[in-house]
Parts: sequence; C-alpha cells; structure tokens
Amino acid sequence: MRWTNRLSLGNRGALVILILLSVMILSGAGPEKRLSVYSVAANYSLPIVQRDDRDYVGLLEVLEPLGKVSARTDGTHWHLKYYREEDDFQVGKTRARIQGRDLELPAKFLVENNRGLVSVSSLSTLLPKILGGPVTLHEDSGRLFIGSVATHFTASLAGDNPPRLVFNFTAPVNPTVATEPGTLRMTFAREPVVSPASPTLTFGSKAIPSANYSEGNGTAVVTVHSTIPVMASFSNDGRTITIAQTSPGTPAASATSPAPSAPAPGTSAATPQPPAQPAGPAPQVWRRYFAVVDASHGGDDHGETLNSSLLEKDVTVALARGLRQELESRGITTLVLRDSDANLSLDQRAIFSNADHAAIYIALHAASNGHGVRIYTALLPYSEDDRGPFRSWTTAQHSALALSQSAASAVAAEFQKRQIPVRTLAAPLRPLNNMTGAAIAVEVAPQGADPSQLTAPDYQQLVTSAVATAIATAHDQLGAAP
Amino acid sequence: MIPRHLLIALVVLLVAALGMTIYAWNIRKTVAATPAASVDTRPLAPPVAGPTEMVALFVANDEDGSLRPRAAQIPMPSGRQQRAEELLRALMSIYLDKSSPHVLGAGAEVRSVFLVDPGVAVIDVNAAFADTHRSGVLVEELTVASLIHTVSANTPGILRVKILVDGKERDTLAGHADLSDFYDVTAVNQLATQLAP
Repeated sequence: MRWTNRLSLGNRGALVILILLSVMILSGAGPEKRLSVYSVAANYSLPIVQRDDRDYVGLLEVLEPLGKVSARTDGTHWHLKYYREEDDFQVGKTRARIQGRDLELPAKFLVENNRGLVSVSSLSTLLPKILGGPVTLHEDSGRLFIGSVATHFTASLAGDNPPRLVFNFTAPVNPTVATEPGTLRMTFAREPVVSPASPTLTFGSKAIPSANYSEGNGTAVVTVHSTIPVMASFSNDGRTITIAQTSPGTPAASATSPAPSAPAPGTSAATPQPPAQPAGPAPQVWRRYFAVVDASHGGDDHGETLNSSLLEKDVTVALARGLRQELESRGITTLVLRDSDANLSLDQRAIFSNADHAAIYIALHAASNGHGVRIYTALLPYSEDDRGPFRSWTTAQHSALALSQSAASAVAAEFQKRQIPVRTLAAPLRPLNNMTGAAIAVEVAPQGADPSQLTAPDYQQLVTSAVATAIATAHDQLGAAP
Repeated sequence: MIPRHLLIALVVLLVAALGMTIYAWNIRKTVAATPAASVDTRPLAPPVAGPTEMVALFVANDEDGSLRPRAAQIPMPSGRQQRAEELLRALMSIYLDKSSPHVLGAGAEVRSVFLVDPGVAVIDVNAAFADTHRSGVLVEELTVASLIHTVSANTPGILRVKILVDGKERDTLAGHADLSDFYDVTAVNQLATQLAP
C-alpha cells in the first residue's frame, strides 16, 4: 500500500494508538438505556436520556403511537394536545396542568429543541391522567405497560426421562434464545412478559433444577439452568416453549434459525420463528385444552398441613397428574396448571384458564377434615354489574355458573355410583369466581380418619377416574358451551 | 432587697416542688414494682344485666359439615350494632368451649361489628381468629357462613358483609375462604340452606 509506505514510524505509532483508544472507548460504552412501552395499539422502544442525574424521555414520542397528538412551544410553556384535550407544561418547573387540573411532577419538565422531556418516574402519574386508563411502570427495568397487556406465564416439568420444561404463555411470544453451558436464556424484547409470583422457579429435577426471571433495560429475561444440553422449541402458535434435552449430535439451538448477528464464541443465539419445531415429532398445531386441571397451592403456599409429613400442595399435584392421565386416556386434552412446586397466584391461574378458553377448569384440594369428596362451584361475591363488553373480574363466573353446577352434579353422581361419600356445595373459593367457563373445585378427604389415605394410589385413582368419567360423560355439553 | 412576703412564697413553692418530686418518685417505684397484667385475649362475656331475647345462632358442626340453628336466650342491647356484636360474642363463646362442635383457636375473638348504611356489615375479627383457624375449604366456609348468617338472620336489612382481620383486608381466612370481597347475603343464605343438616 503506497500511502502506508509514506507514513513515518512515529506516524504509524500514533495511528495504532488512536485506533486502540477508539476501540477502548467504544467497547467501554454501555448499551443505550431504553424504555419499552407495551400497549394494545403498539409495542415500541424509546431512548432514555440523562438530565440532572435522572432518566428522561420525550413525552411526544411516548404518546405518538397511541393516538392523535401534537405539541407546540409558547415561551416558557409547552402545550401538548392529545386528541381534544390540551395540557400545559412549564419549562424548568415541576407543576403541570393536565386535563384542567394541576399536577405536581416528581422532576422538572425540560424542553430541548422544542422536544418536551419528562422524567421516566413521572410517567406512572402523568399518563393515566392523559390517557384515562391504568398504567404500570417498572421504573428500574425501563418497562411501561399501558392497560392490561401483560403476558403471564407458567412453567412446569413434563416427562421424567429426560425431563422437558414447558412454558405456557397467555399470548404468543418470540424471544431471542441464547444457550451456553448450563444455561438457556430467553430474552423478551418486544413482549410484555411479566414476572411469575416468584422470580425463581424450582422444579425438583437434577437435569433442569430451576429457572429465574429478571428484567433490565426494557427487556425481560428467563434463564433456565440445566445440567444437560438443552434446546428450545415453539408450539401452540408461539404460546408454548418447550425446553428439552438436545438430541445427540444436534447443535444446541438447532430448532431455531440463526440470529442476524454472529454469536459470541461458546454461545449460540437465535431468533425463533414460531411455530418452529424440533426434529422428530410431527409439527404441532395450536391446541386448545378441553380441561385445565389446577393443583391448588404450591411453593410458599402449603395449603393444609394434613399430618406431620404431608402437605396439601403435594397431594394436589399427585392428584392433578393422575387426573390428567385419566382424562387424556379418555381422549380429553388436559393442561395441568401446576406440575411442580411453583408459586402461582390465583389471578394467574384464572388468566391461564380463561385465555385457553378451556371447556372446564378443575381445581383440586385435599383436606383432613370430614370424609369423602366435596364438589364446589363458585359462591359469587357481591359485586358491581358488568360494564358493557367488560366483565367484572370478581363475578366473571356468573354466566357460566349454571354449566358449572351441572358439571358438579355429574361428577357427584359418578362418585355416588362408586359409593364414595360426596356433597355439592357453593364455596367462596378463588379463582372459581374469576373463571369465564365451567369451573369446579374438588376437595378430597380421606374415607376414614387417617389423612395418609390421601396418598394411597388406589384411593387417588378411584377419585381421579370418577372425575374423569364424569367429565367425559358431560363432554358434549361442556364442549358446546360458548 | 426582696420583699419578705415574696421570699416566703418562694420558699413555700420550693418546698411544694420538692414534695411533689418525692411523691412522683415513690409512685414511679410502686408502678415499676407492680407486675404488668397479662393481656387476656379471650372474648368478653356478654353482659349479664339487661333484658334478654331469644335469638337464633347458626352453629357450624364439623362432624357432618353442617350449619345448625341453635336458640339462645342472651342479653341484647337496643342498638343494632351492639346487638350484632352480642350475637357474635354469644356464637364465639360456643366455639371457644372445649366441647364445641367446631373448635376455633385459643384467643380467637370478634373485635367489633360495624353496620354501615345502606345494608353493609363489617365484621372485624382479631389476628388470632385467622392465624389459628384450621385450613380447608369446608372448615373455613362453615366459619364464614356461621358468622354472616347469624348476623344477617337476626339483623334485618343487611345485604352484604365484609370480614376484616385486625381491621385490615386479608386474602383468605386460612388459605381457602376468600375474604377479599364483600359477601352477598342472599348467596350466603342459600349456602346456609345447602349446609343445613
């Protein structure tokens, strides 16, 4: 190269130092801070700027994807028009006039090049006033949820050898998947995925012992810890992600297409294309579960302590697995909501069953008190009426209550046939009242005085087969429900 | 020169202050020496004086999982709110008895009942009531139904009932019976029919 030849030794040294410095500066720069906004209208990401040691974001940019908005600067005032409502911000002040009322912002309003900047912390108080709806801000992780848009998920182990970890989401997801020895990381940059009740999930498996949830810089990350090489596959229209052992000779992320950027050494990264499938089984199609079986309690919630070594949460999981087997053997597609010792809130249980539009939800409980089995339907609380197309959450069961009572009667009749003492009752037992479809709870007590009978395989099989037979009998009636 | 009468007044005041200091010191010593009275968390017995009335208490029975009416002659004050409190105190005295058909934990107590117009009753139980309560759908439901049905059956006009624990909202009584919402008295009355022996 002729031009390099003309450089003196000193100049060459200076050039090398300059390049090295540039590399060092660029590599030392942290990733740009961003705010992810999730709404029914759009999911988008905005840059965050630092002013006065606080995080700021352009207010117009936040609102633009959500509706008709404009802004103008008038001296020390910045006027924002969202549809017909006009709001007034004072430059360098914390006081603003929103929807005709004064509002104190947590930090000064700033204007730069006619661009109105508000502190990120003020969005949780400011946006509900402007938009007229609920807003949830995860300030530390830069995530803003406008309305009820959160995507919830559950994780449960399926199969023993080798185990599979199945994540079910309430909406389709498309995370970036990266694997490295011992971990598989799913990064949700565009989806409003939120934390389960506990950020750490344990599964009691040596192969896949745990997973944990974290948030940061506008993304949610689920990290699965494993002692075997694992890969992720997508099914159910992107609502289900299955983490399973990599087939021998298969690259770690073979089920997913390569990511646009080259992965770091020792790491494979991929952007999955649902419904991409692992090699082997036939392609899965979207599957609506007919029955959702819920092993009540779990995690920190032990339920009743049945005896010194027996907890209700353990009995309900065993019953749920048995009931799934009985239902599946009768051709009824079944989802077990809790198949491990995981925390799962009552709202999450209801959201999953409702999102799946399951024909029937069956909650399982165990008790030391009394004898035989009790079948419960919802005792609806006193509540406001539904508003237009929106159902009241606390009485969502109202329109399906007759169907639930009919299902409860069918299950009770089956127990009577088998000469097991049974009662049908209403009960103030969540989440029965939050279910939009048929929903019952089955509380199993021992036939005698010894609670350890609840763990006896014969008794469990007697109970689960009775419930499954009744559900199979009522299949057409339940399936015909809207 | 200080006038004589002022000097006398000053001396008298000083003597009085000294005397009161010694008296206060003695009182303090006496209080410190007296052992603190242990806190009795048991529910108060209904007042024995005053006119009595025949009322129906709805008592839970674990043996057959039922809610049974039991007639009781108890002193009843004239105020609606006080009457509701007396009803529940009478009910609690049954549950705290050793031979109770539906035993509640030691120290369980109904702190107060508030009647709020229109048609709202708030039953406030203490923490021991919930903390010591046995867990289970039926056993918790029996307690809730017993409290609500006893109050509503003897106090006309109540449409909905809220149960608080130590003045605060709680998700469940002992892991099952929902306490986060208002109970619909009509629905609880129907439940009481289902729970009849």
